[in-house]
This record gives sequence, C-alpha cells and structure tokens, in this order.
Amino acid sequence: MYLLILVLPLLGSIISGLGGRWLGRYGTNLITIFCVGLSMILSIGAFYEVGLTGSFCYLFVGSWIKSGILSISWSLLFDSLTCTMLVVITVISTLVHLYSIKYMEYDPHCPRFMSYLEIFTFFMLVLVTADNLIQMFLGWEGVGLASYLLINFWYTRLDANQSAIKALVVNRIGDFSLMIGIFLTFYVFQSVDYLLIFTLASFFSNHYLSFLGFDIHSLSLISIFFFFGAVGKSSQLGLHTWLPDAMEGPTPVSALIHAATMVTAGVFLMARFSPILEFSPMVLFLMIIFGALTAFFASMVGIFQNDLKRVIAYSTCSQLGYMIFCCGMSCYNVSLFHLFNHAFFKALLFLSAGSVIHAVSDEQDMRRMGSLIKFLPATYSFMLIGSMTLSGFPFLTGFYSKDFILELSQVYSYSNLEMTYISFACLLGSLSVFLTAFYSFRLIYLTFINTSNKNNINKNHLHESSFLMLLPLIILSIGSIFIGYIMKDLFIGFGTNFWINSIFILPSHTYFLEAEWLELVYKWFPFIASLIGIILSSFINIRNINIYNWFYNQKLFFFLSFLSSKKWYWDVLYNRFLILPLLKFGYSITFKILDRGFIELAGPYGISQLTLRLSKIIRNLQTGQVTHYIFFIILGLATFLSIINSTYLHIFDFRLLLIFCFLIFLV
Amino acid sequence: MLNQTNCISISFLLFLISLIGMFINQKNILVMLMSLEMMFLTVSFNFIFSSVYLDDIIGQIFSLLILTVAAAESSIGLAILVIYYRIRGTITVELMSLTKG
Repeated sequence: MYLLILVLPLLGSIISGLGGRWLGRYGTNLITIFCVGLSMILSIGAFYEVGLTGSFCYLFVGSWIKSGILSISWSLLFDSLTCTMLVVITVISTLVHLYSIKYMEYDPHCPRFMSYLEIFTFFMLVLVTADNLIQMFLGWEGVGLASYLLINFWYTRLDANQSAIKALVVNRIGDFSLMIGIFLTFYVFQSVDYLLIFTLASFFSNHYLSFLGFDIHSLSLISIFFFFGAVGKSSQLGLHTWLPDAMEGPTPVSALIHAATMVTAGVFLMARFSPILEFSPMVLFLMIIFGALTAFFASMVGIFQNDLKRVIAYSTCSQLGYMIFCCGMSCYNVSLFHLFNHAFFKALLFLSAGSVIHAVSDEQDMRRMGSLIKFLPATYSFMLIGSMTLSGFPFLTGFYSKDFILELSQVYSYSNLEMTYISFACLLGSLSVFLTAFYSFRLIYLTFINTSNKNNINKNHLHESSFLMLLPLIILSIGSIFIGYIMKDLFIGFGTNFWINSIFILPSHTYFLEAEWLELVYKWFPFIASLIGIILSSFINIRNINIYNWFYNQKLFFFLSFLSSKKWYWDVLYNRFLILPLLKFGYSITFKILDRGFIELAGPYGISQLTLRLSKIIRNLQTGQVTHYIFFIILGLATFLSIINSTYLHIFDFRLLLIFCFLIFLV
Repeated sequence: MLNQTNCISISFLLFLISLIGMFINQKNILVMLMSLEMMFLTVSFNFIFSSVYLDDIIGQIFSLLILTVAAAESSIGLAILVIYYRIRGTITVELMSLTKG
C-alpha cells in the first residue's frame, strides 16, 4: 500500500506520456485520474495509519549506491511529517487533475499535460518520502524539472520559455546550496540517512569544522546551506523572482506548483531538518528575518499588482514567508499546519482564478474585469471563501494556523524569553496581515463587484464553468472552511502526540504555552488588522475613491506605490547588476579572452601560426644563390665539428653555437 | 723548410683561400670551379705529405685516386657549364637563383 502511493503516479505518467497518442484524451484523463485518485485514497489511509494510530513505517526497497562508507538505499520513510505532506500533495494533485480535464479541454496536448502533472506528483512524493538526503535531492531536482516542463507547457510562447528557464535556473541556485549542504552533512556525519543524522545531531551540537584557521559550527553551516536551498524552492526574499513569473504556465499548474506542492518543499525541508536546525540558533534567527521580510515584501507588492494570477502568486510568496519565520521560531508543527491549510485555500484561489480566466476568455488583467458576480456566482462564492480564509477570517481554515503564527510571534512581549528579534517578525507579520486582507478584497472587488470594464461583446460569452471544474472548487472550499478546525487539535493542539519523533523542538525553544496565555489585546490584534484591511478595501472600492489619483498627487506615496507595482525593481536590479555583468563576463572574459583568446593562442591556433612563421623564415634561407648554399654547408660542417670537438675536448660550448645558429636563422 | 707544421699550414692556408674564393666570389663560376680544383689539390697534397710523414703508401694511392676523381669532376663540371651557357647565354653566379625556396 505504501509503495503504491509512489508507484501509481509514476505509472500513470509513463502510460499517459508514452501511450497518450493511442489512449487519446479521454483515455489519459481516465488513467491519470484513476492513478492519482487511488494514490490519494492510499495516502489518506497512510495518514490514518501513521498519523492517527501512530504506527511509523519504514520501507526498504533496494540498495542504490554502495561505495566505501557511503551507502544509499532506495527506502521510504513514512512518519507523520511525511504523511501530512502526502495528503496535501495527493489531494491537491487529484483535484488539479480533475480540474484540468475541463480546463485543458481544447488543448491539443492534453496527454502530455497530464503526464507532466503526474510526474510532478511523483517527484514530489519521492521528495517527501525519502529517507536519505540523496533520494530527497532526486525528488527536489525532479520537482524542479517537472516545474520547468509544466511552466513551459505552451512551449511556443516566448514568455513561457523565459519564465520556465528562469524558474529552473533560480531554483538551481538553491539546489546548488542544498548540494553543498548534503556534502557537508556527509562530511560531518559520514552518512546521509535521516534516521542516523537526526539521532546523532545532538552529539554534534558542539562540533566545529576547522576551515582556514576559523572554527565554524558545523550544524550551523549545514543548516545555513539547507536554508538557502529552501530559499530557492520556497521563493523567499532574494530568490523569489521566479515565482510570479512562473504564472506563465496554465492555471492548474500554478495551483499545483505554487499552492500546494513545489514551494512547500522548502518548508518541508526545514521541518524535516528540525533536529539540526534546533542546534543552530543563528540560522533560526536568519529564518525569522528572511521569512518576515518575505511576508511583508510580497504582500506589499501584491497590493499593486493588476494581474489576477500574480496577486495570488505574491500572496503565496507572503504565506511562505509566514511558514518560514514560523519555522525560525522553532514552531515547525504550526508551520506545517499552515502549510496544510494554505494548500487548500491557495489551490482554491488559484483554481477559482482559473475559472474566472476561463470564463472571460483568457483575460488576466483585473482592471478589465468587474461585475462578474452577476455572471459567475459560484466562482464568486468560492473566491470569497478563499480570500476570507487567506485573510484569516475567524473560524475559517486560515484563522487557525495564521493567527496562531502571529500569536506565537507576539510572545516577545514576555520579556523573560529574550526573543527580542521576534518582535521584528511580529511587526512585519501583522502589517502583512493587514496588507493580505487588503489585496485579497481588492481582488474580489475588482474582479467581481465593481462596475464592469469589459466591452459588451465579450459579455455574451461569459459563462459559469462546467461541473467538472466546479467540483474541485467545491471540495477545496469545504476544505478551506473546515480543515483548520478539524485538524487543529491534531496538529497544534495541546500536548498532541501526532508528531511523535518526526519533528524535534528543543525544550528551551517551545512557546506554545506562552502563546496560549497571551493578553486579549494581542490575541485580537491580527484579526483587527485584517478587518481594517477588509474595511479599507471595501471603503475604497464601494465609495469609488480613486486612491491611485490621490496617490498621484502625493509625490512620495506615488513613488512608493510605483516602486511596489514594479516589484521594487528586484528583477531590474538583478538583471542589471547581476545577470548582465555575468553574461558580459561570460562573453567577453571567459569566451573571448580565455576560450577564444588565451587558450586558442597557447593551443592550436597559436602553435600553427608559430610553425608557419618559423617555416617561412627557414624557407627564406634558401635564396637560390649558390654561394649562400656553400656558406651554409661550411657553417654546418663547422658547427658539427665544433660540437664533436666540444664534447670530447671541452674547448667549445656547443650550446652557444646552437644559439648563434638559431640567431642566424632568425635574421 | 719542409717540416710538419709548415706543410700542414700551407695546405690548410691554401684550403682556406680556396674556400674563401668559393663564397666571396659572386660573379664568375669559372673561379669557383678553379677554387674547387685547388681544394682537391690541397687535400691530395695533405694526403701525400701524411703518407710520407707516416711512411705509409695508402695516402699516395688516395691522392692518385683523388687526381682521377678531380679530373672527372672538372670535365663533367665544365660540360654542365657549357650546356648551361648554351641555354642561358651567361655564366654569372648571381643570376643562378631560379631554385629559390
């Protein structure tokens, strides 16, 4: 059963990828849905067995690499952390599959699309079920590859190509760092197996690596490289630029990659490596700073975006920031809980956005929508549920995880904990709650409620999506409403034994108790912040106050909003100061000066030129004049004789003579 | 005085003169040929002197052989010269530079 969870998506991918031509659209749809659906049912079973009844499962499949002390096996580890991820991945993936049947109905390459979706699911499952770092890295890279294929699905579009390459390359930066982390892990622990590393981690808490005379805390070094890997995959600030651009793929792809699976891999990695991270406070601090900055930055940029999908993409980025800084506060289970909930409501948002885009004939600009509430009531209600959950409205799913994260960040108010830097995260987190609520409802208003900006011809084609597209939305919206409440006690409840050993938190790093006994003012604060966001957004949109015109008159605010709408020029700055110099370096230095320059000169081209020139000189010695020939004959004889003499009699150093002859030749 | 040093120096001096005559000379090929004959002369003179000095007949036999070779050589050389003159109408050494590298 456990093995089938992995094998089924791979099987479905191979069948639909290789046999899609014979199976046709309906055949591939049926097979892929069957495979991934069965995998979903099995993984829910696994969740029940491992998570609820607490029977940890380890599956040895076969040996992979054996070399010296390095021994890597294909084996699967099913603990509660893995099973949580399994449920998230397979449920979202199944719903996305179901959704794409109708969404990609008129696409000519439907079997290919289904195959890619399945292979993506498979690699994600490999990533989460791996029991060693190498197998995890296989899944990690495979997910990157599948994301490339999926973003580049419409490969005839230049934008899709560019953003797919960008996604792959930017991810690759993180992957490189992850690789270094893996090497370091092997160097320090002499093993890459999770169970061994995590058991030994506490013994290495005072282990130092000596490098160039510096003593570096080895666990910190390892976890900092892992963290940079997670930065790439989970699009934290610095390497976040690929995520909004990855919206070029079809909408179900965005829902799969950016809502549920790929971006959560970084958070999963952090939660998985909690036993190592716990012993490196410096990295925890870094995670808090990065996560909080990402949350704030992305939500601020999200306000001024006009692309429907891009707003949601930035909100994903922002929520990932929450998860990461929650990991930084050592509350991995809360982070995982938010990941679990976020998967549901973000997939709901993305798929609803897809439904909207589908309805308005592939228009993505929110400024050209409006008053869709009349035409798409069902989609509107799903979108509203998603947005309210996202902004942490009470008793919806988002409330249970997101508000708890913010409450955790407010424990800095207990001065005896000496966690002053958490206040930074708390401040930015609360601000981004406000901004999240603001842009979520801005999206609702611009798309559904405000007066329409579409021309009337297009209005004739407006239609609600078919039932097959609405079904996943219904399921997801039920999930977005109830999942948080149902799962709260299991994931973050008091003294829950759900995460038996899969997550390790140092006793000195636990703040659950403090977070539960916060003062009422602090507890209300995030809700009030998001309520203010909602009210402000409603006020601006209902009273039709043109805030942009008002901004236009305020030079500073206008400048700030302009910057935000341009994503703070991250991409431009990267392009100008990083990528362009690198490209220039690559062309003018490594290519022109080194490859085509120095190496060519010292290598084939230079030597052939030298031979040519020397042979020309020697050829010119043959002047055709008989007397010159006689001179050379005599000179040669004299040289020869003097060499012989010098070797026997040592009266003449023949080397001098050779030099002399050579000089004559050159002249 | 016909002692050892003088004989060898004289033959060597003659050889050097003929050598210099060989490649200082730029114009006349006949002079070249004559210097060549002079080289043969000095060599055979050296052979004769050595045979007398070492009291060995082989040197004189060699000098006789060299005499015949020199005669044959000069006749062939002159023949080539005549043919060359017939074709080119000139025997200046400077102008014999058709086989340039």
